Amino acid sequence: MNAATERLAVRLRGLGAARSQFGRACVILVPYLWLAVFFLVPFLIVLKIAFANIQLSMPPVEPVVTWTADKVLQLRLHFSNFSFVFGDDLYIAAFLNSLKVAGISTVLALLLGYPMAYGIARAPGAWRNVLFLLVVLPFFTSFLLRVYAWLGLLGRSGPINDLLLALGIVHEPLQLLQTDFAVYLGMVYSYLPFMVLPLYSAIEKLDLTLLEAAADLGCRPTKAFFTITLPLTKEGIFAGCLLVFIPAVGEYVIPALLGGPDTLMIGRVVWDEFFGNRDWPVASALAIVLLAILTGFVLLLQRVQSREEEA
Amino acid sequence: MSTDPAARAATTPSPPAPYVRIERLTKRFGDFVAVRQVSLEIARGEIFCLLGGSGCGKTTLLRMLAGFETPTEGSIYIDGVDVTGVPPYERPVNMMFQSYALFPHMTVEQNVAFGLRQDGTPRAEIETRVEEMLSLVKLDGYAKRKPHQLSGGQRQRVALARALVKRPKLLLLDEPLGALDKKLREHTQFELVGLQERLGVTFVIVTHDQEEAMTLASRIGVMRAGEILQVGSPTDIYEYPNSRFVADFIGSVNLVEGKLVEDEPDHVRIDCPQLGGTVYVDHGVSSPPDAQLSVAIRPEKLQLARERPEQPDNVLAGTVTGIAYLGDATRYLVRLSTGFVLRVTMPNVYRREEQFEQGQPVWVHWHASAAVVVMR
Ligand SMILES: Nc1ncnc2c1ncn2[C@@H]1O[C@H](COP(=O)(O)OP(=O)(O)O)[C@@H](O)[C@H]1O
Ligand SMILES: [Mg+2]
Repeated sequence: MNAATERLAVRLRGLGAARSQFGRACVILVPYLWLAVFFLVPFLIVLKIAFANIQLSMPPVEPVVTWTADKVLQLRLHFSNFSFVFGDDLYIAAFLNSLKVAGISTVLALLLGYPMAYGIARAPGAWRNVLFLLVVLPFFTSFLLRVYAWLGLLGRSGPINDLLLALGIVHEPLQLLQTDFAVYLGMVYSYLPFMVLPLYSAIEKLDLTLLEAAADLGCRPTKAFFTITLPLTKEGIFAGCLLVFIPAVGEYVIPALLGGPDTLMIGRVVWDEFFGNRDWPVASALAIVLLAILTGFVLLLQRVQSREEEA
Repeated sequence: MSTDPAARAATTPSPPAPYVRIERLTKRFGDFVAVRQVSLEIARGEIFCLLGGSGCGKTTLLRMLAGFETPTEGSIYIDGVDVTGVPPYERPVNMMFQSYALFPHMTVEQNVAFGLRQDGTPRAEIETRVEEMLSLVKLDGYAKRKPHQLSGGQRQRVALARALVKRPKLLLLDEPLGALDKKLREHTQFELVGLQERLGVTFVIVTHDQEEAMTLASRIGVMRAGEILQVGSPTDIYEYPNSRFVADFIGSVNLVEGKLVEDEPDHVRIDCPQLGGTVYVDHGVSSPPDAQLSVAIRPEKLQLARERPEQPDNVLAGTVTGIAYLGDATRYLVRLSTGFVLRVTMPNVYRREEQFEQGQPVWVHWHASAAVVVMR
C-alpha cells in the first residue's frame, strides 16, 4: 500500500469510527429518552403533588407554583403531607408489613427458584429449552387473569378444597382466600419467573470444572454447593431478589384480591387514599417515601456487593 | 544438572512393583469408544506421559483416574487399592486441570488452602504448608491476589501448588503447559521435573506435544483412537517405534514399505522398491517371511556425501531438491532415481562448510543400525 492510499484508509477508518460513535449514542439515547418521558416526568408530577395541598377540584390539589395577582411567582411546598404520613401508625404499619410480606415472599421465591434454575441450567440441551419456555409461559396470559384464576382455585368450593375433602384430609372446606397464605402464594407464584431467570443465567455461566476441582480436592458435593456454586452465583441471587422484592413491596393487585381485609399493604393504602379518600397529596407522599425506601435498599445492596468485590 | 531429562531417562532403572495399575479399562460414550481396553502399570515416583493427538482419549483416561468418569469396563488400582468406584473426593489423587480451574472468588492462598481445609487440617498447619508450597512454586508475595490478577504462568503455578499441597499419591496433569507461550513452557518443563524429583510424587501427564513428552517423561504411552500403541522410555519410543504410527508421530521419519528378502538372526535385508534397492539392518526381526513391512529411518541418521562412500549396503544416489537451514542443522530433501524423496538432516558442525547445493548429485548413506523395521 502506498502512502496516499494509506492516508485515505486512515481517514475512512476515522469516519467509520465517528459514525459508529454516533450510532452508539443513538442506541443509548433512545432508552434514556423513553425513561425520561415515561418515568422521570410522571415522577416529577407525583413529587409535585406530594408537596401540594388538597382542595375540592379536579385535579383535587392546589397548584404548587402560582402566579399571584401582584405579579409574584409563588412556590408553596406543603411538608404536612409527609409529617402526616410519618405521624400515623397505620401508614408505618403498612410500610413495615409490606416490607415483611415482600421480604418473606422474596426468600420463598429464592428457596423455590434456586433449585428450579439449577435444574434447568443442568438439564440436557433439548430439555433445557422446554423447561425454560415453561418458566416464561405464564407471561403469555395476563397477570390479572392469573391472579383471578387463584381466586377460583382457592375458593371454598374450588378444586383444592374439593381434593382435600375427597381425600378426607379435612372435613369442611378450608378458608384459603383472604388469608396471608393466599397473599404469599400469589406473590411467590407471580414473581417466581423474575427470580428464576437471573438465577438461571448465573448458574448456567458457572464453570463446571470448578466443581470437579472442588471434588478433586476432597470437597463433598453439598459442601461444594455452599463454598463454590452459591458464592459464584451471588450476582444472580442479588438480581433475582431485587427483581422480586421491589415490585412486591408496592404490589396492589395480589393483596387486594387474595388478601383479607386486614392485609395491610402500602400498595393498597395508596390506592385507598387515591381513589377512596381522593387525597392525592398523601397518596403521592406515600409513593415518594416508598420510592426512597426502595432506592436506599438498592444502594445499600450495591455498596455491600462492591465492597465484597474489592475484598 | 540433575534435572536433565535425557540423563534421567537413561538412568531410570527398570520399574519396581507397579504403584498405579490400570486393567483393561474401557470408556464408552454411547456407541463411541473413547478409551479401549487400556492396561498400564506406572511405578512410584515416575513421570508418565500420555501422548497422542487431539481426541484420542487422553483426557478421558486421566478423568477416569481422577474419578470424574466411571469406566465402562476395567479397574484401577492405586497403591494396591481398587479405586474404580471411589468418588473423586475420596481418592488419594489430585488433578491439575487444563484450564487450571482456580476458584475465582478466592485468593491464591485460599485456593491453595482449599484442599487442606476439606480434610480438617489444623489451621496453623494449613498456614505453614500453604506458605511452603507457595514459596516452592515461587509465588511468595502473591498470597492475597485473586486469580484474575495473575499472569498465565502464575496461574499455572497456583494450580500446581493447589494440587500438590495435599501431598497426593498421584498427581494428574492435563496439558499442564498448554496455555503458556513457548519460552515459558520450556522453562516450566524443567521446573516441573525438578519439583517432581524433590517431592517424589508420581506424575501422570497428558500432552499432545511430543517434545514436551520427551522432555518430561520417564516413560511415555503413545495413544491413538482410545488405545495405547506403545509404552516405553523416550529413547525406546524414538529409537525403536513399534508401529508406523508411533514412528511417524514422534519426530520426523522416512517411512518406506518393503519385503523381507534375507532373514538371519543377526541381520535382515529388506527390498524396498520405493528406494530402488535393499536396506540392510543389523538386527533380526520376528516376522513371517513375505510379510509386508515398513522401514523407518530418522533423517538425522542419514548422511550425505559427494563421493560414493565405501560401503556395500545402504547407499543410494540422489539429487538435492530442497534445503532448509535451521541454524543447528540443515534439512535436505533428496530425490532418488525412483522419484521417492528422502528427508536428511545434517548437523552444522562446521560453519558454512560441507554444504550441499540445490540440484547437486549426492550419495545418501546410513549405518546398518540406523533403520528400524516396523510391522504395522
Ligand atoms: N462426556 C463425553 N460425552 C461424549 N463424548 C465424549 C465425552 N468426553 C469425551 N468425549 C469424546 O471422547 C473422545 C476423546 O476425548 P478426550 O479424552 O477429551 O481426548 P483428548 O484429551 O485426547 O483430546 C473425543 O472424541 C470426545 O469427543
Ligand atoms: Mg484433552
